[in-house]
Amino acid sequence: MSAAVQAQPHTRLLLSGNDAIARGVWEAGAKVASAYPGTPSTEILESLALYPDLYAEWSVNEKVALEVAIGGSMSGARSFCAMKHVGLNVASDALMTITVAGVVGGLVIAVADDVGMSSSQNEQDSRYWGRFAHMPILEPADSQEAYEMVKYAFELSEACNTPVLLRLTTRVCHVKAVVEVGERVAHDITGFASDPRRWVMTPANAKGQIPAQIARETKLLALAESSPLNRMEDGKDRRIGFVTSGPAYMHVRECFPDSPVLKLGFTYPVPVGLVEKMASGVAHLVVVEETEPLMENDLKAAGLSRIHGKDLLPRLGELTPNVLIPAIHGLVGEPLPKGSVYPKIDPFPRPPTMCPACPHMGVYYSLSRLRKQVQISGDIGCYTLGAGHPWNALDTTISMGASMGIALGMDKARSEATKDKGVVAVIGDSTFLHMGMPGLLDIVYNRGNVTAIILDNRTTGMTGGQNHPGTGKSLTGEDAPRIDFAKLVEALGVAPERIRTVDPYLLPVVYKTIKEEIAVPAPSVIITTRPCVLSEFYDRLSPLKVIDETCTGCANCIKVGCPAITVKRTETRTRADGTTHELKFTTIDTAMCTGCRMCVESCGPKAIVPAQPTAVAQ
Amino acid sequence: MNDVITNILICGIGGQGVMTAAEILAQAAMAQGFDCKKSEIAGMAQRGGVVTSHVRFGRKVWSPVITPGSADLLVAFEVAEGSRWADHLRPGGTAMVNTIRLAPPIVSSGLYKYPADPVAQMRAAGVPVIEVDAGTIARDLGNLRLVNTIMLGAIADHLPFPASELEEQIVGRFRERKPAMVEVNQRAFEAGRQASQRGNADVSARAVNS
Repeated sequence: MSAAVQAQPHTRLLLSGNDAIARGVWEAGAKVASAYPGTPSTEILESLALYPDLYAEWSVNEKVALEVAIGGSMSGARSFCAMKHVGLNVASDALMTITVAGVVGGLVIAVADDVGMSSSQNEQDSRYWGRFAHMPILEPADSQEAYEMVKYAFELSEACNTPVLLRLTTRVCHVKAVVEVGERVAHDITGFASDPRRWVMTPANAKGQIPAQIARETKLLALAESSPLNRMEDGKDRRIGFVTSGPAYMHVRECFPDSPVLKLGFTYPVPVGLVEKMASGVAHLVVVEETEPLMENDLKAAGLSRIHGKDLLPRLGELTPNVLIPAIHGLVGEPLPKGSVYPKIDPFPRPPTMCPACPHMGVYYSLSRLRKQVQISGDIGCYTLGAGHPWNALDTTISMGASMGIALGMDKARSEATKDKGVVAVIGDSTFLHMGMPGLLDIVYNRGNVTAIILDNRTTGMTGGQNHPGTGKSLTGEDAPRIDFAKLVEALGVAPERIRTVDPYLLPVVYKTIKEEIAVPAPSVIITTRPCVLSEFYDRLSPLKVIDETCTGCANCIKVGCPAITVKRTETRTRADGTTHELKFTTIDTAMCTGCRMCVESCGPKAIVPAQPTAVAQ
Repeated sequence: MNDVITNILICGIGGQGVMTAAEILAQAAMAQGFDCKKSEIAGMAQRGGVVTSHVRFGRKVWSPVITPGSADLLVAFEVAEGSRWADHLRPGGTAMVNTIRLAPPIVSSGLYKYPADPVAQMRAAGVPVIEVDAGTIARDLGNLRLVNTIMLGAIADHLPFPASELEEQIVGRFRERKPAMVEVNQRAFEAGRQASQRGNADVSARAVNS
């Protein structure tokens, strides 16, 4: 449990940005909070769920999450919604119109950009959404600021009748830093008051409100110009002045302690007046922002032509000291400070792997056996790892739920060479509920010849194991109605005989089922039934071992992809025709093995047996 | 308190407890009155991938990231990972390395080779390495999960605050939740300290002989 929940006012704690934001939301008196899990934002709602006097939920996707928060705000409750950057794309339909109508209770949307792309399919700058939707943007640089800014964001939202975008990055969400917390201020819910002219967005009603939305920007600009979140920090080295936001500010202060810095926290509308004042006192002005040149472009559009930014700095990745220093030193013609004295040693790559006994391996092992007969559209989750070694059994990953529509498009665009191939879509349980359902409905409706495999491991795996409507538990751990995937896909129109349920550990059954379903020219769905090994539903069994004398070195077990199985020794054999091949004799790490028996299924000579024959399953 | 910032980079593999060790270290620094930042990029790395955690503390810490060439201490939970991050050490910094070799599937299946002797590679590059066989020590103590405490014990005499502060952070966690684990963690911490002192003596002897 987060220590922040129990912390008394004025205590100092080491908190991640996510935990600090949760504390700030609670202190601000928010009553409704929602999110769909997504790295790096996930822990905000996990943390909020521990606080009293606040409703917090996992929503099925970010659009629904935002709509729940909008409903809360309309009802006069301070409401909060968190998501990762790509989640805001999903939520954007609701976003673009609610910023016309405004708020009753303060509405704050925290969006976490995965700058550096540790766990995402793209690196987008969500500040574009703030500009697009005409809403103010706050950008904290660390946990303390995140905590303070989210509280201020509710005030700003109510004062200016607008949702507020709190732009985070991975370096804010996941860095732990010292935070001094305060106390909760209650904000009672005023209750929903009907006002169709405001909330029913017919063209006539929306047209009436857009002038106010535009006028609001003038007020917001004046606030940004005078906001204490935007401050000038003087410095004696006036060769370069920096304008910077977010965690890039911390890197600037680290690298250039003597330079003047205009530190922006309230970054949209951009306080041009403050920047002009700064520009007059320094030889060069450099805008340091992650990732796109948004403040820079706004400043240039306002007439500040002699500024630097992305002409020196990369648009991809974090602006950490090792990136900043070489980029900036060139500007003043200074020699580079000496870097690392030790050479870089690069032993071997260590990509993420699936866990021992991960049920996804059973499906990917089978798909890899059928590789030449299928094209496989994939989706977003742990199972994206199926694209990697040793399975190489994934052809596409684009966005949440995209496996369905892309599979249908592939089916409808067959060439002579691919006309007989099976089209398989692979998607996780949480992702299917998030955005896969409409795609499957489209496959059914348009008579697609697609086999959809729903990898139901009863959790949202990649983000650390969150509940969803298929787990039977809510965010706060209470019992919740559990969706039945077989009934769900039948309701979406898949023929009952084309809905197959398989145990992914039974490799021959999985293989046979996929082969049968790709042969049938109709929409079909295969649902796997084993839980994530990291979930509470998984039961460990006794570990296995390889009998060395029985092992023939065929290495078929290696192709399952389990990290507990390793090659112990190799032998090169010469065939009758003079060609050689390598035998790989394997061993199983009993500390890692949980006894799932997938490797037993793959082993022809039956060389894999329980490590302790008499041991009873724990 | 002066303006010196202490930079400690902890590295290993997802699931080894790198982030927990960094958390304990950061809490200890904070308890000593330091400003402190702890930073890691977790994401997909939790699935058996490379994990690093940056711990920085001092009077005032700005950037949460350790710049290559500025780490005072590198704590490697796995030996090849130690070699991967050795270039982050400053001249004169120390690499405290758990000598366990953990090969990922792409190595065990033969696509890549595991280096014969990563410690020798680091030393050939001039990196001062102290070896700690934390896996064996943990096994002798009867619990493989003690590696974390052993490695923290190993660095305890390389910090700008007393070893007892770090030990108290570890023990304090168990005192509340698993009191039965207090004593074995104290022993693991002490065993780590001694192993690193022995390793340090080896390093000095090597310096004299060379």
